[in-house]
Amino acid sequence: MRRPILWLAAISLVLAGSAQAQTRLLNVSYDPTRELYVEINKAFADKWKKDTGEQLLIEQSHGGSGKQARSVIDGLEADVVTLALAYDIDAIAKVGFVKEDWAKRLPLNASPYTSTIVFLVKKGNPKAIKDWADLIKPGVEVITPNPKTSGGARWNYLAAWAWAKDTNGGDEAKARDYVTQVFKHVPVLDTGARGATVTFTERGVGDVLLAWENEAFLALKEFGNDKFEIVVPSKSILAEPPVAVVDSVVDKKKTRKQAEAYLTFLYSPEGQEIAAKNFYRPRDKVVADKYAATFPKVDLVTIDKAFDGWTKAQATHFADGGVFDQIYKPGAK
Amino acid sequence: MRAERPSLIDPWPVRIVVGALIVGFVGLFLALPLYTLFAQAFAKGVDAYLRAIDEPAAWAAIKLTLTVAAIAVPLNVVFGLAASWCIAKFEFRGKQLLTTLIDLPFSVSPVISGLIFVLLFGLQGWLGPWLRSHDVQIIFALPGIVLATVFVTFPFVARELIPIMEAQGTQEEEAARLLGASGWQTFRRVTLPNVKWGLLYGVLLCNARAMGEFGAVSVVSGHVRGRTNTMPLHVEILYNEYNLTAAFAVASLLALLALATLAAKAALEWRGRTEIAS
Repeated sequence: MRRPILWLAAISLVLAGSAQAQTRLLNVSYDPTRELYVEINKAFADKWKKDTGEQLLIEQSHGGSGKQARSVIDGLEADVVTLALAYDIDAIAKVGFVKEDWAKRLPLNASPYTSTIVFLVKKGNPKAIKDWADLIKPGVEVITPNPKTSGGARWNYLAAWAWAKDTNGGDEAKARDYVTQVFKHVPVLDTGARGATVTFTERGVGDVLLAWENEAFLALKEFGNDKFEIVVPSKSILAEPPVAVVDSVVDKKKTRKQAEAYLTFLYSPEGQEIAAKNFYRPRDKVVADKYAATFPKVDLVTIDKAFDGWTKAQATHFADGGVFDQIYKPGAK
Repeated sequence: MRAERPSLIDPWPVRIVVGALIVGFVGLFLALPLYTLFAQAFAKGVDAYLRAIDEPAAWAAIKLTLTVAAIAVPLNVVFGLAASWCIAKFEFRGKQLLTTLIDLPFSVSPVISGLIFVLLFGLQGWLGPWLRSHDVQIIFALPGIVLATVFVTFPFVARELIPIMEAQGTQEEEAARLLGASGWQTFRRVTLPNVKWGLLYGVLLCNARAMGEFGAVSVVSGHVRGRTNTMPLHVEILYNEYNLTAAFAVASLLALLALATLAAKAALEWRGRTEIAS
C-alpha cells in the first residue's frame, strides 16, 4: 500500500515542477476563436521571446461566451478574456475582477477585430434562402445556439430583430413577432457557436445556420466550397468581440505586463493579419484593404444605435423573464 | 430427461429468436460502434493515428486522466471498504441513511454533481473567497476534477462489497475475535481475504468510470487545453475542431483502456473460479 502513495507524490511533484518552469498566460475565449488564438499565441510567444528572452506558455479555453464569463466569475484564473460581446466582460466587471473602465483601456471599444452574422446554407441553396424574411418560410429549419449561453446566438437574435424592426418601419411589436416566428423554426439550441456549426455541418440538421462570418468561412474551408455556401443578408449587425485583462488575476500572478502586451499585439499589423487570415474583419486600414475581397460589404447596424448598448439589450432580451424567455417555448408550435 | 424437466429446456424456435435478438443487440449497440471507432481512428493510416496521439495536449489529457484515476480510485477503495464493513458487519443508528447516501451519486445527474462543487468552492461560493485568499485553487484545477470524480465513483466499491459481506455473515469474525485476534487483525486476516475478488471487481468498475467520466468533470474543468482537459473532454474538443481522426484516435485509447479493464476483469473471474475449485 505504501508504494502507490510514493508514486502519487512523485507524479504530483513532476506536475508541480513542470508548472513553474515558465510564465503562463491563460486566455479564456469564446467558441469559434480556437484556430485564431492557436496562431496568435504562437506568434506572440515567439515575439515576446525575441523581445524579452522570456518563455511564455499561453493556454486557451473555449466555450459559449456567457458560460466562459461564468467560469471566470467562479474562479477560472484567466489572465485575459477575449469574449463574444461586451456584456459578458461587464458581468465579470460587476464582481470586481475587471475594472469598470475596461472598454476604454484599449482602442475601438477594446475590440481588435469585428465580425458579423451571415447565413450558411447547403450548396445550391435548395430552400432559396436569400434574406431574413426567408427564415420563416414553411419547412425551413434554422440552426442557432442558445442566446442564454452563447454570444454568437445573441448577435444572431439581435441581427434578426434589427432587420425586422427596420423593415417594418421601426415597429417593435412586428420585430418581436418575426423573432418569435424564427425561433419556432429552430429544432435544437446548442450551448455554443461551434456546437451549432457541428450540428449543421456534420450532423446535417437544419436548412440554414445563423453563424459568425468567421465561423461560416471556416466551415467552407474545412468542408469545401462544394458542400456549403454563404448567403449574406441585406442587413446585419456589427459584432465587436471585446478583449480585456482580468485585473484581479494578473495582479495576483504578476503577469500584467505580459497580458497587456498580448492584447496590444492583437492590434499590431501582424496580429491583424492573423485575424484577417482567420476570417475576422481587421480594424487596421492597411490590412483591411489587403483583405477587402474576402469580406463582402454589408449594411451593418450597431448595438449602440439599434439597441442603446449591451446593458439595455441584455436586460430587455436575455435576462431571466426577458423577451427571449417569453417568446421561446421549446416544443410549442 | 426432457419429459421430467420440461421447463428448463425451451423449444428451438424460442432459443433461436432469443439468441438472434441477443446477437443482434450486442452487434448493433456494442460491436458496431466499437468497430466504427477504430475504423475512423485509423481512417488516415497508422501515421496519422500516432501523430494525433503524440501531441502535447493529448499527452497532457492522458496524464491528467491517469493521475485523477490514481488518486480517486484508492480513496474510494478505502472509503468503500470502511463503509461496507460498517454496514454489513455492525448494527447502528443511521445505517439506512448511510446506505442511501452511498447510492446518492448514482441517482444524481453528473452535471449536478459538478455544479455542487462549483457552488461550494467557486469564487462566488461558500468557501471560494477563503480559498482564494489562502491561494488554494480547487475548481478549474486538479483537486476539483479529482473531487468530482471521487463523488461520481463513490458507490462502486461499496456497492460491490456490501452484498458479499452481508452474505458471509459475522461468524468467522466472531470466531477470530474469540481466538484473540485484534480488530485490525480480524479485518486483515478474515474479512479482507473473503471479499478480495469482489473488491478487485469494484476497483475495476470504479477505475473505468473514473477515467471515462464526462459530465461532472466538464463542469469543474475550465477546459484549459493541455492543463485541465481529461481524455473525454479532449475528445469533445478535437471533435468540435473538425479534427475527426484525432478525436477518434484519443477515443480509441479510452476504449482500449476500457477493453483492458474488461480483460482484467475476465482474468480475475477465471482466477477466482479456479481458486474456489481447488
